[in-house]
Amino acid sequence: MSDVEEAVTRAHQGEWARVVAALTRRFGDLDIAEEAAAEAFATAVERWPADGTPPNPGAWLTTTANRKAIDRIRRENKRDDKHKEAQMTYDGPPEPVGAIDDDRLRLIFTCCHPALAMQTRVALTLRMVGGLTVPEIARAFLVAETALERRITRAKAKIKAARIPYRVPSAEDLPARVSGVLAVLYLVFNEGYLATGPDTDPLRHDLTAEAIRLTRLIRALMPGDGEVAGLLALMLLTDARRTARISAGGELVPLDEQDRGAWDTGLIAEGHGLVRERLAAAAAGVAPGRYQILAAINAVHTSARDIRDTDWSQVLALYDQLARLDPSPIIALNRSIAVAELDGPRVALAAVDRLEDELAGYHAYHATRADLLRRQGHSRQSRAAYDRAIELAGNTAETAYLTRRRDQLR
Amino acid sequence: MRYLVSVIDDKSDPGSTDRRPAISAFNERLIAEGYWVFSGGLADTDAATVVDNRGEQAVFSDGPFVESKEYLAGVWVWEAPDLDVALKLAAEASKVCDRKIEVRPFL
Repeated sequence: MSDVEEAVTRAHQGEWARVVAALTRRFGDLDIAEEAAAEAFATAVERWPADGTPPNPGAWLTTTANRKAIDRIRRENKRDDKHKEAQMTYDGPPEPVGAIDDDRLRLIFTCCHPALAMQTRVALTLRMVGGLTVPEIARAFLVAETALERRITRAKAKIKAARIPYRVPSAEDLPARVSGVLAVLYLVFNEGYLATGPDTDPLRHDLTAEAIRLTRLIRALMPGDGEVAGLLALMLLTDARRTARISAGGELVPLDEQDRGAWDTGLIAEGHGLVRERLAAAAAGVAPGRYQILAAINAVHTSARDIRDTDWSQVLALYDQLARLDPSPIIALNRSIAVAELDGPRVALAAVDRLEDELAGYHAYHATRADLLRRQGHSRQSRAAYDRAIELAGNTAETAYLTRRRDQLR
Repeated sequence: MRYLVSVIDDKSDPGSTDRRPAISAFNERLIAEGYWVFSGGLADTDAATVVDNRGEQAVFSDGPFVESKEYLAGVWVWEAPDLDVALKLAAEASKVCDRKIEVRPFL
């Protein structure tokens, strides 16, 4: 990559959301903001190689995008009814929530508004905040470009028509709204961490990296939010194990078989630092939310140099805490893995079997049962459970792993 | 900004029928706070008539234009600064009416 190409890429990663957010505030229209930002970046790609990279790329891009937006409004002769067109409310001087007042936060909260469907929030956030192109997002989620384009267009139209406000929510609404934003980012991360398509790579580093990048941005904008810190830590501690999770043969490698020397110590150190920060807050009486507890569980796993050094009783205590917060069957299923380590596979299987009604269609339920049955020597039942798990698993690396485990049964 | 706020009931699982006093009190508050534009409960869908005069002569049909388990039981029109305000009120309205609520902006 040439220096200029690198400068454009860096500017894109660093400035895209800032440019879109500033334009949205100024023109009250996501459509105009998105298009003008895209044009400004296209101009940069054309001009910077000849003219050199400007000393302040961000300012250059914002100024250029502003001009493009004004050109478009003039072209469409919207000068007079621009304010009528602008349906996004901008309440004059922004009310700072705590110490945060950033256009990008407004943009994030607008894109992740609860009145939009989850898939729409994901697409809109990746486009408007992440700066991914429609083809890139369509590829990431295995949907047709035209369908995705329609989804984004519809969302922008709804934001305008229903007047979804462009602002950071009030303090009383903030926790619920932040958790809505984090759910979007976690979904993007998980799709990258365990891609669901039968024809995609089992690991999509582009998606995990983008989710981490956006979570870092929110962390920078909301440094006091415990769940933001928790989610970032959870992502870092999960991503740290990336290279060890897939074997050379393209098979998923479960935690107990991973080469721990291949884990990324830098990411682990950063993740542990965040978890320590939240433990200190918890000790001071701030109750941790689910992302912080999940991060703590991952911190226990990544602290063990060997699977045999894992502090399972601490893992179980954390799962108990998590189950009190969120009594979902999936959490109960994951908890049973710690139970198996402490009380043996028989006790764990009894707990897992109680989840059948809710999880019969979930591949991990059958994979967990298969493993617990195998450990008790019930080969025939284990094989049947592996068969069911393979049928339901969507991830290629996981299917390969489950097939091998099944074929090793006597 | 005006919103049409629809109260949705379900024929197979109707909301409770003792909501009138609570709805009246809620309406008083909507009026006092400047959100209320219009409100009204609706008679059963059986009382509806559909008129189609796009052809040679007007055709009248008995019953609603669409038969469904869920139906429109009442409407409000609210004036609210933005969707967040309307959704917050709608969440209250849903509790008050013991029914689902749809919020839809006017053009």
